[in-house]
Parts: sequence; structure tokens; C-alpha cells
Amino acid sequence: MSDIVQVTDAEFDSAVLGSDKPVLLDFWAPWCGPCRMMEPVLQEIADEHGDKVVVSKLNVDENPTTAQKFDVLSIPTLLVFADGQVVKKLVGAMPKKKLIEELAAWIG
Amino acid sequence: MENIDIAIIGAGPAGLTAALYASRARAKTVVFEQGIPGGQIVTTDWIENYPGFPKGLSGQELGDLMLAQAEEYGAEVRPFTPVEKIEGAGLDFIVTADGEQYLAKTVILATGAVPRKLNVPGETEFTGRGVSWCATCDGALFKDKIVAVVGGGDAAIEEALFLTKFVEKVYVIHRRDELRATKCIQERCFDNPKIEMKWSRVVSEIKGEDNKVVGVGLAATNDDEDEYVLVDGVFIFVGIDPANELVKNMVDFDEIGYLKIDHDGRTSWPGLFAAGDITDSELKQVITAAAKGASAAFEALKMVDEKVCSI
Repeated sequence: MSDIVQVTDAEFDSAVLGSDKPVLLDFWAPWCGPCRMMEPVLQEIADEHGDKVVVSKLNVDENPTTAQKFDVLSIPTLLVFADGQVVKKLVGAMPKKKLIEELAAWIG
Repeated sequence: MENIDIAIIGAGPAGLTAALYASRARAKTVVFEQGIPGGQIVTTDWIENYPGFPKGLSGQELGDLMLAQAEEYGAEVRPFTPVEKIEGAGLDFIVTADGEQYLAKTVILATGAVPRKLNVPGETEFTGRGVSWCATCDGALFKDKIVAVVGGGDAAIEEALFLTKFVEKVYVIHRRDELRATKCIQERCFDNPKIEMKWSRVVSEIKGEDNKVVGVGLAATNDDEDEYVLVDGVFIFVGIDPANELVKNMVDFDEIGYLKIDHDGRTSWPGLFAAGDITDSELKQVITAAAKGASAAFEALKMVDEKVCSI
């Protein structure tokens, strides 16, 4: 059982690149409907797999630097970071079952 | 197997309105949605021609309201539950969705239409990486960048105008030398200094580097030279195609693939109704989709009652 961590441009390096555990980072915005559909899915991933992966969110309106740095050109985009590197990029909303499959290498 | 009175396929305005009418009549109503509820309006920035909202409202908001209203009366809306098969079973139907089978007395098909692809190199590869079908969703991520909008109808020009809020420049790429868009929208387009028209051009290729779009190849449809334009994004609005795969071998279509229905939403298969953008109705708008959804639900309800009474 873990909470979803809100990350800003300022905290990005320490919270994501410097994390001991892999980080699932959700790029979202309040005006994005599909992003809202992903909220309960991400909460469940945090609840069920929070021991293996840190689930985080980054608001692209308030934190454009990080979004641009990783070429986020559609939201929701989910990036998985491990040891400071992007190891997976997932674009678009998806059901929990599909997301779990995509994350199997880190939460399986 | 779960029993359903009215199985509705698709949670856009047609499906959600059908669900509202069906659930208020106390029919067991399930709406199967392959993705996210709301339909095509979810990707529409602003809707100004749905009555009751004099200042307009966002497509997302209208979709949310329609969903809430259907659920208020007991309709079950199941997102991310794609229907894989519809089969006749006597007078009923077996609907297979996300691997589960359901027995439905009637089916309302409201699967709508999907944006047409250009079918050029790079289009699929760079989707979500600069190629987009939704300016409303992705436009804000192209702040101060240069983008291309492909198409010449209302949707294309409205989205181009919306994008000018964020981007430095929009090229509108259109195969002909005049627009199809409504005159009032055309005027706004030509008055906007951020929009440059690329008349008589079609996209031949979308180029990318480092996993994102860097430019588009344009082929001339007149005697001009072909050209290459540097862009960071390509927004495609070249029309829609009916999502008719589920019933391909069951019902009658018009010559371009839209389902033929009568005034009350009946298809050629008894008990199978249709509404919204998948049908051959001329006007494809939120208001007509909603109206046809109500008609189809009304007829489906009559059939459900007849089936219950004849047992």
C-alpha cells in the first residue's frame, strides 16, 4: 500500500533519477480525460506493487521542462525509469491488465 | 452466462443516450466500451451546437455528463471492454466481450466511426511521438513548436485554430485548392497569422529522428514541385470510417460501409439496432447521435417486452 508521489521539475532528479527502486512516472494534465481514467489504475498499481515500484505523477502544465526533456508529445504517457534511465515508454490510456503485462519485468 | 436485456456496444453520445432511455425503463442495460467512455467528442475541444449549453462546453465535459446521467438510472458502463463477437442465438444474441460471453435479448450497435489514416510511412511508427489525431489532447505539448494539420474540413480547420493557441506556426495541408470547411470557420482560418496554407499538397511521408517527428514530405497534386517541411508534429483530420467489423456478415450496409437503418434504428437483423455515426444517416452530429440512440432504445425496449410476455 503506497501513495502516488507528485513530482515537480525541481524534484525530478532526486525523486526519479536518484530512486533506489524503479519509478513509474505518469505524465498528465487536469484537462486530459484519458489521464483521469488512468488514476484509479495507477492507484491500484501503487497499492498492490508499491513495494517493487514507485508510482509517481508529473503535471505537464506545471512542469514543462521534464515533459519536453523526455519528448512527451501525447498524454497520458507513462515512463519507467530504472537506475536513472528510461527503460520503457507507454503512450495512451490502457486497462490495468495491459499495464500489468507491460510492467511485468519490474513487478512480476 | 450473464443475461442482459439491452447490450449496447459503444459509449459515445448514441450509446450513452440509448443507455439512459433503456435504464430508465428498468431494462437490464450494459454498455460495452473498448476504450474510454464519451466517444469522438472526448477529442473535441469545444462543442457549440448541442442545445442547452448557450456558451458551449468541452467535449470531455459533455461526455462526462452523458455518462453520469446514464449511470444515474442504473446503466452499467464497462470501459476497456472490447466486444469481440456478436452472434445470433435463436431470437437472442451471444455477445463476447473481453473473453466473457453474455446472452442479450437485443443489441444496439453504437460503435461510431474511427479517424481515417493517411497510410503513409512513419504514421503508425510516430503515433504519440508527434503524430496525433487529437489536438485537444496533445496540442498543449507543442508549445512554441511548428506543426502540420492535414485536412480541409471543419474538424481540420477547427483543430488548426485551436493549435494556434500554443504553437508558433501551423501548416494546413490540403489536397485541393479550396477548403470544405464551413464559411465562418474558413474566415477565422484565413484571418489567423499563425496559419499558413499548403494548398494542393498531400503528405507522402512522415519523417522522424530519435523517436519523434522532425518533418513531412509533401507531394503536389498540381504541377508544383514536391517539398519537405520541418515540423515537430502532424495532426491528422482527413475524415472518419465506420467501425463496422463486428456485424460485417450480419446486416445490410450502404456502399461505403455505413449500416442501413430504418427511421426507428432497426437494422436488417431483427433485434439488432444501430445508432450514431455507424449508421447511414446523413448528418453526423452529437444531437443526431443522441436522438437516434433514444429511438433505438425505444424500439429495443418494445422488443424486450414482447420477448418477456411471450415466454
